[in-house]
Amino acid sequence: MTNAGQVSRGDFFAPSIAKRFAYVGVLAYLAYAAATLGLSLERIQQGVGHGVRFLAGFFPPNFTQSDILPGLLESLQIAFLSSLIGTAIAIPIAVLAARNLMPPWVSWIARLVIIFCRSFHPVIVAIIAVKAVGFGALAGIIALTFASVGFVGKLLSEAIEEISLKQIEAIRATGASFMNVIAYGVVPQVMNRFIGFVAYETDSNLRNSTMVGVVGAGGIGGTLFSAFQRFDYDFVAGIIVCIIGLVMVGEVLQIYVKRVFR
Amino acid sequence: MSSPDTKLSIRHLVKEYVPGKPVLKDISLDIEGRGITAIIGPSGTGKSTLIRCINRLINPTSGEIMFEGRDLAKLSGTPLREARRRIGMVFQEYNLVERLTVMENVLSGRLGYVSAWTAWRRKFDDADIQKAFALLKRVGLADFANRRADELSGGQRQRVGIARAVMQSPGLLLADEPTSSLDPKTSVEIMEVMRDLAAENSIPVMINIHQVELGKRYAQRIIGMSGGLVVYDGAPDGLDADILKKIYGGQDWLAT
Repeated sequence: MTNAGQVSRGDFFAPSIAKRFAYVGVLAYLAYAAATLGLSLERIQQGVGHGVRFLAGFFPPNFTQSDILPGLLESLQIAFLSSLIGTAIAIPIAVLAARNLMPPWVSWIARLVIIFCRSFHPVIVAIIAVKAVGFGALAGIIALTFASVGFVGKLLSEAIEEISLKQIEAIRATGASFMNVIAYGVVPQVMNRFIGFVAYETDSNLRNSTMVGVVGAGGIGGTLFSAFQRFDYDFVAGIIVCIIGLVMVGEVLQIYVKRVFR
Repeated sequence: MSSPDTKLSIRHLVKEYVPGKPVLKDISLDIEGRGITAIIGPSGTGKSTLIRCINRLINPTSGEIMFEGRDLAKLSGTPLREARRRIGMVFQEYNLVERLTVMENVLSGRLGYVSAWTAWRRKFDDADIQKAFALLKRVGLADFANRRADELSGGQRQRVGIARAVMQSPGLLLADEPTSSLDPKTSVEIMEVMRDLAAENSIPVMINIHQVELGKRYAQRIIGMSGGLVVYDGAPDGLDADILKKIYGGQDWLAT
């Protein structure tokens, strides 16, 4: 404050030098990145021209080949199985990772497991799984289960950490065992959000299950990839339309499931 | 069931949250027989800490808490949970599980007695369900049994809280500021429900209370705490201006 009783705007909204440096820094980095990647206007025009010709090959989409449906069904199965198994594994890990229920050393170990599961994109895990257990749906299930454990584990443990401890305190005061505290104190408080996480996870697995096939881990992705390699673009378009349909069905299903469990 | 000779003996109880700064400094108390014992004292003097040390929601630093032949201060694991079953607790903010129904909240008083698998499937004994419903009827909430706890008003929630505590068939009922979040009229109603239910089930009650008048009206014994020590222990009648000054300090507030 300058003098008694008198204040000026600068007392409350002082200019931040650090913030200005940050803005300039971000702009400079963007310019540098564009320059080193050779992202010139000419290159963009050239790319767009090629893209238009490529997209023209998509039409009309071809749905007649017989390996679309089995591929889609396999993707669906991979998605649901991995969501189920992943969630089942994630629940105990999330409880162990919640810092308000567990001593620090336990929650740290559980958090490391979750961080490990989240570190890799499902496709990277799928590549490793294909090497480990061979081509096919099993590798895809392993890859997406891995991702599900990380995703549901992280969100559920955070949801548990945000619950009201007063309700827990009251349940503990009745002499309830730890499992009863979970059943009556924790579960009611996180159930709604948990259903949301699982629905989202299943939805996301549905999308990812169409992709792990690209590296040979089962599902429609494998069909898609081989169609690409054959330059069979109208068939590619057919598969893509089917995938979009599948994901949309998943979206509708998710709304319905949430309504049932509310 | 609890007997009239229920006895809680606290000896030299000390609680330090920060080493060297005790909140409770050497508390010794005996709670015998039935009736209500009210603990009064200024905020931050350790009333809640004292109550929570008894059922070990807070771990005491040192001292002894004898109850039904066990030193509560030294228990852990299953023996501690078994001891807690015998001590009901009513909370300032009711602490109901908001997303469970009123009935489920009352039945949660039995959680010390049933396995997780039984509790999860809500397969409580028929006798427990009958008792829970009778308690709900008794506190005037029979029509609310299937409502979710978060649909209830403050006074209704506290009635459920009391029913849950009595559902434990406790040998002692602890109440931590049970009326502090309620309006004056509801406060009186809650005190009466608690007094009557405790009397009907022969449960001695130990209650922290801010409203001195309510304490004097319903308690047979008043314990005045100040600075982590007991500075008054006696009949409500003995609580005169001098003693209130000693408990709360100052005197300007007494004028009104």
